[in-house]
Amino acid sequence: MIRNVLAVAEREVKSYFASPVAWVVTAFFIAIWGFLFAAILSGSREANIRPLLSNFSVTFLFLAPLLTMRLIAEEARSGTLEVLLTQPLREVELVLGKYLGSVAFLVFMLVMSLYFPTILLIFGNPDKGPLYGGYLGVLLQGMSFLAIGLLASSLTQNQIISVAVTFVALLLFWLSDAFSRLLSGPVAQVAQYVSITKRFEDMPQGVIDTKDLVFFLTVIIGCLFITTQIVAARRWR
Amino acid sequence: MITVEHLTKHYGRVAAVDDISFEVPKGEILGFLGPNGAGKTTTMRILTGFMPPTGGVATVAGYDIFKQSLEARRHIGYLPETVPLYPEMTPRSYLHFVGKIRGMDSNLRRARISDVAEKCKIEDMLDRHIGKLSKGYRQRVGLAQALLGNPDVLILDEPTVGLDPRQIIETRQVIRDLGGEHTVILSTHILPEVSMTCERVVIINRGKVAAIDTPANLQRRMRGTDEVEVEVRGPSEAVRAALESIPDVVSVNERDNGAETCIFEVGCSVGMDVRESIARTIVQRGWGLRELRPTAVSLEEIFVQLVTAEPGT
Ligand SMILES: Nc1ncnc2c1ncn2[C@@H]1O[C@H](COP(=O)(O)OP(=O)(O)OP(=O)(O)O)[C@@H](O)[C@H]1O
Ligand SMILES: [Mg+2]
Repeated sequence: MIRNVLAVAEREVKSYFASPVAWVVTAFFIAIWGFLFAAILSGSREANIRPLLSNFSVTFLFLAPLLTMRLIAEEARSGTLEVLLTQPLREVELVLGKYLGSVAFLVFMLVMSLYFPTILLIFGNPDKGPLYGGYLGVLLQGMSFLAIGLLASSLTQNQIISVAVTFVALLLFWLSDAFSRLLSGPVAQVAQYVSITKRFEDMPQGVIDTKDLVFFLTVIIGCLFITTQIVAARRWR
Repeated sequence: MITVEHLTKHYGRVAAVDDISFEVPKGEILGFLGPNGAGKTTTMRILTGFMPPTGGVATVAGYDIFKQSLEARRHIGYLPETVPLYPEMTPRSYLHFVGKIRGMDSNLRRARISDVAEKCKIEDMLDRHIGKLSKGYRQRVGLAQALLGNPDVLILDEPTVGLDPRQIIETRQVIRDLGGEHTVILSTHILPEVSMTCERVVIINRGKVAAIDTPANLQRRMRGTDEVEVEVRGPSEAVRAALESIPDVVSVNERDNGAETCIFEVGCSVGMDVRESIARTIVQRGWGLRELRPTAVSLEEIFVQLVTAEPGT
C-alpha cells in the first residue's frame, strides 16, 4: 500500500523536475514573491512576515492549477493510465501517490521561499509564532488547492480544461467571503464557512484553530476521495 | 488459465464484444485474429481488468477479473495497443517504476530488467529518454514492461506492429519461447503471424467469435474438403472423367497450363486421403503422372471467407 503510493509519488516528483515547466514556474513564483517581499518591506519597514504570507496565498490561486493540471489528465490522454490501472495498483494508491507528488513539489517551493523569512531573521527580529503559524497555514491552504486541482485533473484529458476548472473553483472559494457579504441567510453562512481567505486570516497571527485544521483536512480528504471514485468510474466508460 | 464466458461489452448502443466464450489452457499461445473494429482490443481490456464487461464472466489464473481484480492483475502482463509510455523517463527508470508497483525489491528489479532488456534487445537504449526512441524501440520497451513481472499470463495487443522485419522475427521467437510456461494471448491482423506463433486461433468479427481452432484444423475445416493437385499427361476429358469416378472425390477443376500436360485440382472429403487411388487410376490407364501433392488453403483465405460470410451462414 504505502510502497505503491511512494512509487507513484516518486515518479511524479521526478517528472516535475524533468519538465522545464516546473523550473519556469518555480523561477516565476520566486521572482513574484521576491518582488512582493521587497515591496511590502520597503512600504512597512517592519520585520513582519504576515503580509508576505497572505500575498503568497493569492499567488497560490495561479500556482496550484499549474502544478496539478497534468496529474491525471495527461495520463488519461497519453494512455499511461491504461498501464497503471492494469497493474496490481489500487485507484486510491494512484490518487494518493499523485497527490503526494504534487505536495512534495509544493513543499520544495515553500522551502525555496524560506529565503525571505531568513532575511527577516537575520536583519530583524520578527515574532516566531506568526512565522510558523503562517507557514503551516500556507502549506494547508496550498494542499487544499492541490487536492481541488487533482480532482479537476481527473475529470478531463485536456490540461487546459483542467487548469481552467481548477482556477475557477479556487476563485469561487477565494471570493466566497466577498459573496457572503452580498448574500444573506444560510447561503451566506455556507459561503462564509467555505471561504479559504477567512480561514487563513488567523493563522499568520500564530493562532491555529482546530476548526480551521478540520476544515482544510476535510477539503483535502473529500477531494481525494471523490478523485478516487472518479478514477474508478472512468473504467466504466 | 483463462476462461471467458459469454463476455459482452456495449459502448452506449454499440456492442463491441457480443457474447464471446473461449478458454485458454496453461502454456498455450492463443491468437486473436480479426479485422479493424472486431473487438480484439476491447476483449483484452476486459481481460486485463482495465474496464468491466457489460455482461459475462472472465477469470484469469483462477481469479475473477472483476471481483478479484487486484489478484488477477498480479498474474497479468499487458502490452496495450497504443504502447503508452512516459516520454520524459528512461526505459530503465520506467521499468524500475513498474517493478516497484509489482512489489519487486531492488535486487530482483535489477536482475529482471537486465533479463527483459536482453530479451527485447533494448540494452543499448536503457538510459535514453523514451520520447527520443524510435517507434520500434518504444514497442520493445512496452513488451519489456509486460514481461518484467514474469507473469503467468501475457496479453499482447498487436505486439509486432511497427517493428522492422528482422525484429518481427525475433519478437515472434520471444513469444514462442514464452509458451509452455506462460499463457499468451496476442492479437494481430497479420495472418502468417498467427500460423507461425499460435497454437490456436480465435477469429473475431463484429464482436462475435467466428471460429476457434488450430491453424491447421481451420485450414481443413474451411472448405469442408481437402485438396490435391495432380499434373497429368493425357487426354484431359478422359482424365477428368476417371478422376471423378474415384470414391470420396468431391470436385475436379481443371487448370489449363498451356502445355501437353493438364493440372487438376481435386477436392475430396475431409480426412480422406485419395492420393493413392488417384495415382493407381492414372498409372493403370497408362497416362503420365507428373506431380501429385496436397494443397492447403492459406489462413488468409479462411480469414477472408470467415469474416465476409453473411450472418447465419
Ligand atoms: N472507447 C470507446 N468508445 C466507444 N466505442 C468504442 C470505444 N473503443 C472501441 N469502440 C468500438 O468498439 C468496437 C471494437 O473496437 P476494438 O478497439 O476492440 O477493435 P479491434 O478489434 O481492436 O480493432 P483494431 O484491429 O482496429 O485494433 C469498434 O466498433 C469501436 O468503434
Ligand atoms: Mg485493437
